Amino acid sequence: MILTLITFLPLCGALLCMLLPREEEGLLRGTAFVTALATFVASLFLLSGFNPHGWSFVVDVPWVAALGIHYHLGVDGISLWLVLLTTFLVPIVLLGSWHSINKKVREFMVTVLILETGMIGTFLALDLFMFYVFWEVMLIPMYFIIGIWGGDRRLYASIKFVLFTMVGSLLMVVAIIYLYVRHHELAHTWSFDYQELSRLVLSPHEQLFCFGAFALAFCIKIPLFPLHTWLPDAHTEAPTGGSVLLASVMLKFGTYGLLRFAIPYFPDAMAELAPLLSVLAVIGIIYGSLVAFAQKDMKKMIAYSSVAHLGFVVLGLMMWNVKAIDGAIYVMLAHGISTGGLFLCIGVLYERRHTRRIDEYGGIAAVMPRFAGVFLIITLASIGLPALCGFVGEFLVLTGTFGAYATWAGLPHFFAHPKVLALFATSGVILSAVYMLFLYQRLMYGPITHARNRELPDLSRREVMVFVPIVIMAFWLGVYPSTFLRTIDPAVDRTVAAFKIKYQAGVQATDLPKMLPEIAASPASPEGEEKR
Amino acid sequence: MTAAFPLHLIPLLPLAGAAFALLVGKRAGKDAVTLVCLGVVAAAALMAFYAVYLLHGQLPPGGSLTDAFFDAPWMKAGDLEVHPGLMLDRLSAVMVMVVTGIGFLIHLYSTAYMEHDEGYTRFFGYLNLFMAAMLILVLGDSLLVTFVGWEGVGLCSYLLIGFWFDKDANAYAGRKAFVVNRIGDFAFLLAMFLTFSITSTLKYSDMGGVVEALHAPLWFGLPGAYFVGILILIGCTGKSAQIPLYIWLPDAMAGPTPVSALIHAATMVTAGVYMVARMHVVFEVAPATLAAVAGIGAATALFAATIAIAQRDLKKVLAYSTISQLGFMFVAVGSHLHGTSNYEAGIFHLVTHAFFKAGLFLGAGSVLHALANEGDITRMGGLKKYLPHTRWTFLIYCLAISGIFPFAGFWSKDAILAGAHAALWPTSPNPGGAEIWFAAHTGQILYWTLLAAAACTAFYMFRLYFLVFEGEYRGTEEKKHHLHESPPAMTVVLWLLALGSIGIGLLGIPDEFGSRLDRFGDFLSPVLQAQARVETRSDFLIGAAIALSVSSAAILLAWVLYGNGFSPRVKRFVAAVPRLYKTVLNKYYIDEIYDVLVVRPVRWTAIIFWRAVDSVLIDGTINLVALIVGGIGKLVRYLQNGDVQRYLVGILVGAAIIFWGATNWTARQGAKFIVTQHGHEVIVTAAPEDDLAFRRLRFRVEWEGGTYTPEQTATIFTHHYDKAGKHKITVEAFDPRWGTHATVSQKLVIK
Repeated sequence: MILTLITFLPLCGALLCMLLPREEEGLLRGTAFVTALATFVASLFLLSGFNPHGWSFVVDVPWVAALGIHYHLGVDGISLWLVLLTTFLVPIVLLGSWHSINKKVREFMVTVLILETGMIGTFLALDLFMFYVFWEVMLIPMYFIIGIWGGDRRLYASIKFVLFTMVGSLLMVVAIIYLYVRHHELAHTWSFDYQELSRLVLSPHEQLFCFGAFALAFCIKIPLFPLHTWLPDAHTEAPTGGSVLLASVMLKFGTYGLLRFAIPYFPDAMAELAPLLSVLAVIGIIYGSLVAFAQKDMKKMIAYSSVAHLGFVVLGLMMWNVKAIDGAIYVMLAHGISTGGLFLCIGVLYERRHTRRIDEYGGIAAVMPRFAGVFLIITLASIGLPALCGFVGEFLVLTGTFGAYATWAGLPHFFAHPKVLALFATSGVILSAVYMLFLYQRLMYGPITHARNRELPDLSRREVMVFVPIVIMAFWLGVYPSTFLRTIDPAVDRTVAAFKIKYQAGVQATDLPKMLPEIAASPASPEGEEKR
Repeated sequence: MTAAFPLHLIPLLPLAGAAFALLVGKRAGKDAVTLVCLGVVAAAALMAFYAVYLLHGQLPPGGSLTDAFFDAPWMKAGDLEVHPGLMLDRLSAVMVMVVTGIGFLIHLYSTAYMEHDEGYTRFFGYLNLFMAAMLILVLGDSLLVTFVGWEGVGLCSYLLIGFWFDKDANAYAGRKAFVVNRIGDFAFLLAMFLTFSITSTLKYSDMGGVVEALHAPLWFGLPGAYFVGILILIGCTGKSAQIPLYIWLPDAMAGPTPVSALIHAATMVTAGVYMVARMHVVFEVAPATLAAVAGIGAATALFAATIAIAQRDLKKVLAYSTISQLGFMFVAVGSHLHGTSNYEAGIFHLVTHAFFKAGLFLGAGSVLHALANEGDITRMGGLKKYLPHTRWTFLIYCLAISGIFPFAGFWSKDAILAGAHAALWPTSPNPGGAEIWFAAHTGQILYWTLLAAAACTAFYMFRLYFLVFEGEYRGTEEKKHHLHESPPAMTVVLWLLALGSIGIGLLGIPDEFGSRLDRFGDFLSPVLQAQARVETRSDFLIGAAIALSVSSAAILLAWVLYGNGFSPRVKRFVAAVPRLYKTVLNKYYIDEIYDVLVVRPVRWTAIIFWRAVDSVLIDGTINLVALIVGGIGKLVRYLQNGDVQRYLVGILVGAAIIFWGATNWTARQGAKFIVTQHGHEVIVTAAPEDDLAFRRLRFRVEWEGGTYTPEQTATIFTHHYDKAGKHKITVEAFDPRWGTHATVSQKLVIK
């Protein structure tokens, strides 16, 4: 029940907002904020009674019984923190956009809340049909957020965003239907169920196509080099709140999808393509960092830094050992906090000066000392300084990658050798320091060269409220990772074990598709079973 | 043997101070900040000294105190489990005492030095933060915990170098320091990954137990320890400003002077030396890495010392001096002999150096304070009249760093020289000629290099001393009026450090002069196995005599050339070798070389990636696809122009095509057959797929050209060919509903 509540509470808030008069902007903002906050509070209850050894709070009711579509939600250690990240960030985004959104306020609130429902639902869906529905529900509000409240080139950016994403998701829906049909042929029942479909072991050939379709959708979303070019435009043109949600949450759907669907469903294809994808991930780390360094627009710089950060995530996922995947999930969370924070910081400057050009600033630390402190902490978190959120994930991904040879199948190509990958990926720690400190220096240090910068007001009380939770989380994730790893680790452990069983089954089955026995593929907890 | 002690309080106290100063310092006021920030450092120092007292008094020599920040693991993922553990053994004890002791003195000094600075609270906040990070670095019980401090001190260094951030140059220097250090950290990280993949642990206390694994060949037949050692060494060259990563330290002088004293002389930059000693087990497995440590150290010691000779900025001279002295320490910890290394001498020099180099920087700070931040030594001179305390203490530090008996530097430098002279690294199983020569001479090479560096040291230090304090004042009149001795908070610190620079060396008098004199060595030997001494009393005396006479000669030369300002000889010499002088003055153009080789290529690659790859290649391809789709759309648009007559034509044509296709469909599909042959007897089966739609078709067959058989609904036809040869069979299907028909033929050979 609680999952239904968390998922649809924002939607209810959106409906409420629609009923409110358009002129009552304060009331609208308040309603939306309270809804988002209530959702966050509700989502905190997930932590009590959460069972790290399987699916928790499962809801499973037939929806369209004839087609095997179920209303099936559940949460495990992988999705738990991503859901919490979402519910944590939406109120912050609403608070941060309090004054910066002043046209079509009602529509903005409605869109953001619908988006939240879409995002939470995508993380929680355990039925592929529902997953796809939520996935698309998420796309439309973001299109509007960029297209209506965005910057000067918002139309170009929003259309580019939609087209890129649609290309991927349409292929994905084909693959989902293929799975659905194939499952029917082998098991003689219609089902979109996540667990049920994961019992399907396709022939390597089929796997390659299906993995390709899923992976393309997800890699565009991540975005993996060279599919990333929609991101800088979308990020740059989106309003602050949109950029935050896009970077902090929506990019994670790509990596979440890889981890949840593409990789465990198609282990042989994954083994085949892992070298390619991990090399692309490492290229993304270095390339993203370098291109970020060349930017003159601060938002674009952060956008390209996302390409680099997400490269770490993909690299970790491709290594397929517990350490690296734990790290990958951790980077997702840390990136959500730090990049979200960075976009909010840039939003603070943009709100005051209405320009994103780096050379329009300089010496801001002297006039906005409080802001300088916050920005510094978030910058350092993004660089991956130990004791802040960025470090733990990167460290785990890199150790996992470096040690991957022992646990994961030998990868043939030299550049795809895990140790070589780790070597190049680690150089990302140098590059991230190069571009982030460059940005920080250009914005905050040096003499004040523009007279208008001399009178910028420091953070208001509202803005402090926006940043305090982010800074706290940045430290928490960095200092006491146990809170998070305690639930992530068992879930990843289980996923890796299931993957290995399926991988071996696939190898033995040669070319014939087949179904795995039920127990092997779904080592769900007894509690999870009961609730079903 | 280990015992528990709340070690975590030692770094947490300054951390709390930092939080206080940075969060509420401005509201609380200067006095409160001073009280809290100095108070927490004093408290940390007291705790540290008490802990060392316990360690020394209550535990057996090899024992250690242990603690953790919290009980839960810091990171637990898969097979990796790291705890936020702290450990105090005798090696970290020395470091903790230096850090907290010298750290407190520099805090005290800063209260006066920074008194009128706007960023007073921020400064003390950063300084306390640095103390916390540095203490985590030295107290960490595993590579990973040390790394937290390692990065933390780098951050504080960045913040404090760029403390006066309103000048671009300062901010740039801070960033340069951080980025160059990150290059080292990159190697440090790799060292951790490699260590973990070999040994499955990152804890120092476990290293002794995994020597076997470290010995096992990893790549190219070399033991894993070899690669770990080299990577750690690269990390250390970053933090300790050794070749090739020393370039950040001279620029780091942009920070306030107490920062240079604390971070860039006494504590942080020695972290590399500490790390080598800390990881000695790994280094000893692969002595070649120790040779690399010593080689880099010796090269740096001499190289930096020569640069220092020509510098004109007071703090720059001291910066290059620091780099050079760190090189001495590297040589010490790399001087291998019979399975161990001259670690004690390295750590001993670290301690004595902390006193006299911190003193030199603080003395320089006192001079800058008097001269309103004028740092050019060509505009100083004759300051002894105005700054008596600074002058006398400065002289003591100069004597100490030059290694004059009986000052501290004498004892520690002599220990390093002796160790370098005796150093011997095992050769490979089948050494070649060059290797044998090197094996026999490395000790000599190191010794003479260091001796040359020591001569340079004595020369440039006294050049500095004479140019600053002796002779006539060469600055402006206006500044001369402001000349004044610094307040007591500063001079007291200077005298305390001077006292240390005199006395601390007496803790390390070699055992040859009486047993238990080498208290320092005795204290460390349980952790870092003492080097088997080959020295006798006469060897020591000869070595000391050589070193002393070299240093004295250099001082004498400095007096002749600079005793009374720049002598004409100096000018003549400079004029005689203009190119050499310029090269040295410009630090051998190393920064420029790095700029061309590293910085610019990176920047250009970045721009090319962005402009060419991202905008043209990738987006271009995508836009091309969009263009093609758009083009098709444009073409198709002409069909939708609203002209109803044209639509009608379209409808008619379309309907005709559909009608034609639909009516011909069945006949075409049905016009298929298979041939069965029995000698001359041939059977043709038309429409072999039995589909309902085909049942209404009629068929006829043309066997050999000319005439068809009659139409029939049955699909089987038989025929007897009379003569052998090639025949063509044609089947025609006729759809009576639409009156359409289709034919299909096949060649047949009858034998």
